[in-house]
Amino acid sequence: MLEQQRDYVLRTVEERGVRLIRLWFTDVLGNLKSFAISPAELENALEDGMTFDGSSIDGFSRIQESDVLAIPDANTFVTLPWADAKAPEARVFCDIHHLDGSPFGGDPRQVLRRNLQRAHAMGLDFLIAPDIEFFYFAPPEPGQPPRVLDEASFFDLTTTDVTGSLRKETIRTLETMSIPVEYSFHEDAPSQHEIDLRHTDALTMADSVMTFRLVVKEVAAAQGVHATFMPKPLEGVQGSGMHLHMSLSNADGNAFYSADDPYNLSETAKRFMAGLLFHASEITAITNQTVNSYKRLVPGFEAPVHVSWARNNRSGLIRVPVPKRANPLATRIEYRSPDPACNPYLAFSVILAAGLRGIEQGYELPAEADSNLFEMGDDALGKLGIEQLPQSLADALRVMETSSLVYETLGEHIFEWFLRNKRSEWRGYKTQVTPFELQRYLRST
Amino acid sequence: MTSDLIAVFPESPPPELVRTLDLAGYRWKSFASADDVTKAEPSDGWTGAIVCADHDIDAAWNFCRALRKRDAANAPLLLLVSGAQLDDLTLRDELFDDFCLVPFHPRELEARLRHLLSYTQSALRPDVDDYGQLVLNLETYQASVDGRPLDLTYMEYELLKFLVQNPGKVFSREMLLSRVWGYEYYGGARTVDVHIRRLRAKLGEEHANLIQTVRSVGYRFGQSRWS
Repeated sequence: MLEQQRDYVLRTVEERGVRLIRLWFTDVLGNLKSFAISPAELENALEDGMTFDGSSIDGFSRIQESDVLAIPDANTFVTLPWADAKAPEARVFCDIHHLDGSPFGGDPRQVLRRNLQRAHAMGLDFLIAPDIEFFYFAPPEPGQPPRVLDEASFFDLTTTDVTGSLRKETIRTLETMSIPVEYSFHEDAPSQHEIDLRHTDALTMADSVMTFRLVVKEVAAAQGVHATFMPKPLEGVQGSGMHLHMSLSNADGNAFYSADDPYNLSETAKRFMAGLLFHASEITAITNQTVNSYKRLVPGFEAPVHVSWARNNRSGLIRVPVPKRANPLATRIEYRSPDPACNPYLAFSVILAAGLRGIEQGYELPAEADSNLFEMGDDALGKLGIEQLPQSLADALRVMETSSLVYETLGEHIFEWFLRNKRSEWRGYKTQVTPFELQRYLRST
Repeated sequence: MTSDLIAVFPESPPPELVRTLDLAGYRWKSFASADDVTKAEPSDGWTGAIVCADHDIDAAWNFCRALRKRDAANAPLLLLVSGAQLDDLTLRDELFDDFCLVPFHPRELEARLRHLLSYTQSALRPDVDDYGQLVLNLETYQASVDGRPLDLTYMEYELLKFLVQNPGKVFSREMLLSRVWGYEYYGGARTVDVHIRRLRAKLGEEHANLIQTVRSVGYRFGQSRWS
């Protein structure tokens, strides 16, 4: 199997005249990293991996153990549609290992692999379909607020021309890279768009999200447009989320489906949801990892604020969508807090771990919260036992710090580094004096 | 068909080889280097090749490699080596089809050459599978539709190959999983749907319907050739 895969990659490189192979991997914060090798190196790379100095990558090695090994996952080999046709290029995702071959603790892809193996041991596979929102802006200028493309006064071409063709080109590119698109449309906010991907297994989807963000940005940049996955770039309008539609499958099909339940949810699904709700606050620092993420998680903009679930209530953290034509395969849950600036490998890992904990320990699913939570006072919510998600990055880090679930899921290396890095981000933010404060206090105090 | 020309290395082959080829009535042409033989290659390829390795074995290997690089079917290649060179053949099996020790017996060389040419004549065409405008080259792992190469991942290629080789048959997802993935794959039957969806997208709108969904059963590729 592996032998043949390798052969397939090598022959394709030869037959298609690929000149450059880009080895992709992801750092702890979810930035795509890449280095290129020539076809002559490829066979060796597939066999033994390529050594590189990990200390130059944020969150990777400490100086004394700096060399790590990138081993390409031949299954992820595809040619890059945007490369020069005369000098074709290809990419392949890599797993990072220590020189002795053991998995490297700072590699998010290995973290997800490890957590998926736990699910596999329980006979379960984790399927994800994300709805990814993002904004198109005119190229940003330092110190200036983002300029939307939907206002003709700011941008000369008419909206539909630019963003319509951008989206079309983006989808075409995604499809050539084996990332099937389900829907795409203009979102509520000006200049905001959404592309929904069809479900795949979680590892493939994490790779796909990484590729997706690059493709959206590449295609936009080629037309002089800046695409951003910043969670809340504009005040007063919706932010960008990455709602995750999720299910577990087992040998019999969809482990989340039960014909006997009024919502068609199986016991497995309910316990998974219970686990996710119970640990939601602990994992929020990972699913919403920037200072800006918490400007999105506020009432009134279709983003969740409270730890609750409902069948059809978009103010809840977990929504249970009504499946089309009562198709058992379509029974799923939608987790609504994550934003597209997260590291998908780590986010999928902690979500899965929280859900599996619920299954393993038989958590009880709390009652459905079907009223609009945004309109309820804190007292009423308290009576229902409904808590809020962390209100800021600092809050989220404080909860995460005490979580043995997150520690076990991420491993010591990433857990420690992430907390250190994010605390320092928070400190940097806290020292700022904002326009809000100046406007409010400068004269009145 | 081919122009029936045999490529020979080196440029001045041993007289006994020349005699044997001429007596047996083969058309042949000799070359000094890998470059020369590549440049002179007839459009429909060489019928065969005879490479004498007993003087300059490195140049001989280069010559063999040049002949093996082409996409089309490889011309059958007969290697002439001395007994002391037998160890050099190890791990180079892909570079030649048969060999003969020097000094050779002219009858033996002729018999080997005849056997080699007749054996490969039937398999001269590259290992290609096609269905309408869809062509798969099994040798090079390349697929194309309407002459446009398809960018496929390994599993997409394997699935397409399986379907093209079994047109008109309906396969359940489980059957595809066990025949194409070949082991118990975690994604289960959903994995098949994901890959079918990707293949359809890559085949393009015009050809996407080559893969039909058979409701509550599975998938069928094209029509049977015999119906």
